[in-house]
Amino acid sequence: MLETEVLLTALLLILAAGASMVAFVPSRKIHLLRGTALFFTTLTFLCSLLLVSHFDSEIDTMQFVQDISWFDVGGLHVRYHVGIDGISLFLVILTTFLVPVAVLASWSIEEKVKSYMFFMLLLEVGMIGVFISLDLILFYVFWEVMLVPMYFLIGVWGGERRIYAAVKFFIYTMAGSLLMLAAIISLYFFNEAQNFDLVEITQKLSSGEIVLSPLAERLLFLAFFLAFAVKVPLFPFHTWLPDAHVEAPTAGSVLLAGILLKMGIYGLLRFCLPMFPAVSVQLAPAISLLAIIGIIYGALVAMVQPDIKKLVAYSSISHLGFVVLGIFAFNFQSIEGATYQMLNHGVSTGALFLLVGMIYDRRHTHLIEDFGGLAHVMPCYAAFFMVIALSSIGLPGLNGFVGEFLILQGTFLENAGRAAFAASGIVLSAVYMLWMYQRVFMGTLQNEKNLALPDLNWREILILVPIVILALWMGLYSSTFLRKMDTSVQKVVDRIEHVREPQIYRVEYSGH
Amino acid sequence: MLENYWVLILIPLFGFAINGIFGRRFSRQVIAWLSCSTVGLSFLICLLTFWEFIQLPVDKRTISRSLFTWIQSGNLVSEFSFLLDPLSMVMILVVTGVGFLIHVYSVEYMAGEEGYYRYFSYLNLFIFMMSVLVLADNYLLMFVGWEGVGLCSYLLIGYYFEKRSAGDAAKKAFIVNRIGDVGFIIGIFLIFRQFESLEYLTVFRTVSDQFPEPTAGFGVLGAITLLLFIGATGKSAQIPLYVWLPDAMEGPTPVSALIHAATMVTAGVYMIARSAPLYTRAPETLFIVAAVGISTALLAALIAMAQRDIKKVLAYSTISQLGYMFLAVGVGAFSAGIFHLMTHAFFKALLFLGSGSVILALHHEQDLMKMGGLRKYLRVTFYTMWIATLAIAGVPLFSGFFSKEEILWKAYSSPLGNGAFWFVGVLVAGLTAFYMFRLIFLVFYGAERFEEAHHESTPHSPTEPSSLIKVPFMILAFFSIVAGFVGLPEYLGTNRLEGFLAPSFRYMPEPASVEEHGHFSESHLALIAILVTFFGIAAAYQLYIRDRQITERLAARFSLLYQLIWRKFFVDEMYDWMLVRSIRGFSRKILWKSIDVNVIDGLVNGTASLMQTWSHALKRMQSGYARVYATWILGGAILIFLYYYLTSF
Repeated sequence: MLETEVLLTALLLILAAGASMVAFVPSRKIHLLRGTALFFTTLTFLCSLLLVSHFDSEIDTMQFVQDISWFDVGGLHVRYHVGIDGISLFLVILTTFLVPVAVLASWSIEEKVKSYMFFMLLLEVGMIGVFISLDLILFYVFWEVMLVPMYFLIGVWGGERRIYAAVKFFIYTMAGSLLMLAAIISLYFFNEAQNFDLVEITQKLSSGEIVLSPLAERLLFLAFFLAFAVKVPLFPFHTWLPDAHVEAPTAGSVLLAGILLKMGIYGLLRFCLPMFPAVSVQLAPAISLLAIIGIIYGALVAMVQPDIKKLVAYSSISHLGFVVLGIFAFNFQSIEGATYQMLNHGVSTGALFLLVGMIYDRRHTHLIEDFGGLAHVMPCYAAFFMVIALSSIGLPGLNGFVGEFLILQGTFLENAGRAAFAASGIVLSAVYMLWMYQRVFMGTLQNEKNLALPDLNWREILILVPIVILALWMGLYSSTFLRKMDTSVQKVVDRIEHVREPQIYRVEYSGH
Repeated sequence: MLENYWVLILIPLFGFAINGIFGRRFSRQVIAWLSCSTVGLSFLICLLTFWEFIQLPVDKRTISRSLFTWIQSGNLVSEFSFLLDPLSMVMILVVTGVGFLIHVYSVEYMAGEEGYYRYFSYLNLFIFMMSVLVLADNYLLMFVGWEGVGLCSYLLIGYYFEKRSAGDAAKKAFIVNRIGDVGFIIGIFLIFRQFESLEYLTVFRTVSDQFPEPTAGFGVLGAITLLLFIGATGKSAQIPLYVWLPDAMEGPTPVSALIHAATMVTAGVYMIARSAPLYTRAPETLFIVAAVGISTALLAALIAMAQRDIKKVLAYSTISQLGYMFLAVGVGAFSAGIFHLMTHAFFKALLFLGSGSVILALHHEQDLMKMGGLRKYLRVTFYTMWIATLAIAGVPLFSGFFSKEEILWKAYSSPLGNGAFWFVGVLVAGLTAFYMFRLIFLVFYGAERFEEAHHESTPHSPTEPSSLIKVPFMILAFFSIVAGFVGLPEYLGTNRLEGFLAPSFRYMPEPASVEEHGHFSESHLALIAILVTFFGIAAAYQLYIRDRQITERLAARFSLLYQLIWRKFFVDEMYDWMLVRSIRGFSRKILWKSIDVNVIDGLVNGTASLMQTWSHALKRMQSGYARVYATWILGGAILIFLYYYLTSF
């Protein structure tokens, strides 16, 4: 058992080694740089699979835990405390899966390959770090570390308005995370042990060792919540997303949609619900309302976008609305569905951005009106796009359906009206996706520039095939994933249930 | 075979995968052979299963097979498992049987088309999805097939994707169906909340414990059944969601025959029959089902009378016939609905295949006004279409007669039926006879009008396809004649089908004491219906054979009415204007351009530029001159001094 404890740190170390290797390769050796990055990210993915095989789904505490003192200055006890449970396990795997795919999709990057690959590896360190940190300061450090490479990926390798988009992305997220930092610091003062340990603080909050006044509890919740809501992004904190996506290079969009947005959701599940269950319950109606607005609003705005990438970006807002809705329904099915839907969205929206990137590499545009009739010249591409589009709109048998169904079923058990409104998103997603598909792939070839477009090459097929297999697997045999989540999801649900009934009494009596 | 009947589901999936992935490299023969043989094999297994099935004692005729757990979350479980009982047995026989015939027909019909592999792989996928829909043993798995057949329908309607209209029709079909599907899925949510299971047999057992008698008032069962019915109106093209089916005729004709006539569109009827234990306990919903069914039957029959496109006539006819089936299940006559579903599958598939031959012979001409006199050229098509027309019109002894009479009788005599249902039903029967014979007369009789239309492109006369294509015609014609004998009315014999299906309709509520209903006997009412049918035929004969002038004079006299019918009561235009355009405009102008770009992002960018303005103002403080800094320091010192001085009091 000794060696499994270091697995998580090993992932970070492999990536760090990769990053320093990249730093030593001369910058004109483009192929070697790409190869090195691909090798190390793939190696990370393979190692991360060990996590799945060694994961014990019966245990309800953190696994693969490593807890070392990082620095003790004055009263500050900051620790390097990492570990995962059933919720973060597959988020780590999703990260390690998507990064090599994104590297492979970055062959069209010709300029400054060295720093590009360096940032990719650094980004992966940050992303994995966020999902495995169990110390608040460590978490915050990774949270911010991740911003930097993404800022550069958008700002250097992005499209025309890349500077605007990069700055907007950075400041928007930063504004949220500063609130979170303030909340982390004030939690430290409430905690007599004077450390930032997430597990310990959550434990003390639930056992009543740390008592927060209702106002403090509410403010802390809101501080965390806003940081995460921007990241998700929840309506109306979403306007950075379309800009960032349109301007980001393909790999940036893939990781932004696939992983970064999940951090907001992950934060809600890991911080807001377990630490402040009472406030979560109180504010659930309002948050659910925002989520439902996001579902419908995102879909309607996606429908009228002239740009495929923007369409996919707005569709993300709609999809993540479902996830937030599921989390704040506090029901086993809805939370498990939301956790599952995070993975599904990472796979299908990530793949959609990959696909858009493939056509962008050929035509240097992602405006819908520049296309039409592509199925004639690129039948293979059209077929892959169809499958992924169907997975995104939740066709049963593919991955998206399982998550969406569980979320809505769970939400329905909690509150039928919410689920009914949210279900209208099912229709709207078909509208925007199929309408776009029709305008891009069906009809006759109008634009002369599209007449001689080459179909997918082997590298691109190699990228897409695993994703399609994964989409089918997750859609047909969800037990592989869900069984590993059960215990951790149950823990979150129990935590909410625990405050829910007494909560009613407390509110009633405090009124007198 | 009874142990492993489920393999019949998987075989077409195999065909789909092979043809779909490698089909582009295969020759046409390989594609066709692979595709037809997989469905043929499925049908064969189906027949063997049926043979063993009917030898089982009646109470053993419910066989479940579970393959694996599909979704499990907490107490919610949906297995990938199948249920073979008399109802699904009948359905799967129809699906694989008619499916196989249409695969064979397609081999030649599609021979000249691009993307042969695409067509056949989609068709195989359809058979797979339809089998899942029919054989699923829980609502969620049925939903997989339900949306899956919708997908295949989408792909096949859009088969000629370079045509704008085909793309539009495909998209419309999928989206309209999805609207219904939302109803269906919310119904599933409610089923799970009420019964904590999605598996049919568990749900039915629970419901018969919870509600031993039909409920009074519109309760949870009313809500469940109504929501499921919304799903059915989408898939089975009933009011208000029928609008996609006529457009779906953009797909290849064999697809119209298989998906949009014989099998997929009947899924809604099947779903209600499958949920009979729920529906019988919700009489309010059943009344709505019957009323929607009969209204749709009437509306579609009216529209069919004036259409000029041969496939549109058949499409509206299908909608109308589906309306009959909903009338049947709506009055609680579930086996009558399934009976008509079966006979309709034969004669309507045949009619579509016949229309396909006509269209092909005339080089893709679909306008009835440009046909005529074809009986000389297309002998087999001519005879078989006659048979099918006699069947659909309900001429005695043909299959459609028995199933339609059964429905009309039940609409009148069942405790849930009434005279009005029967009356409108008979009226629709007359209209059906009229528009179908109008079609026959316009296509096969009278002057040859296709020459004028195509004088430059048709040097030789229209010809019929080769012998392979005739086999499906013969077989379907045979069943269009004899299929009705499995369900004879009481005054002629026994209804074997009803007896066979009975085990599927267990878990019914205790029947309330039925008072004697109605004054007329079944045979008398049948006689009236037959007379009305013959009147319809005679009217068509008068208008389209005897005196073509009358038609035009009538159209001119009642031009407003004629226009209304010809333009399909402007329903499409209304939907387009009310829903499509307004939502699109609202999303673009209000949500996106105003709220998103101006309000929300305006707030964000506004904050940023406000900060910028402030910074610009503040940066003047740092001018770099020591004297300015000294002034600031002095000012600050004074302020601090003043603060302490004033607070010291």
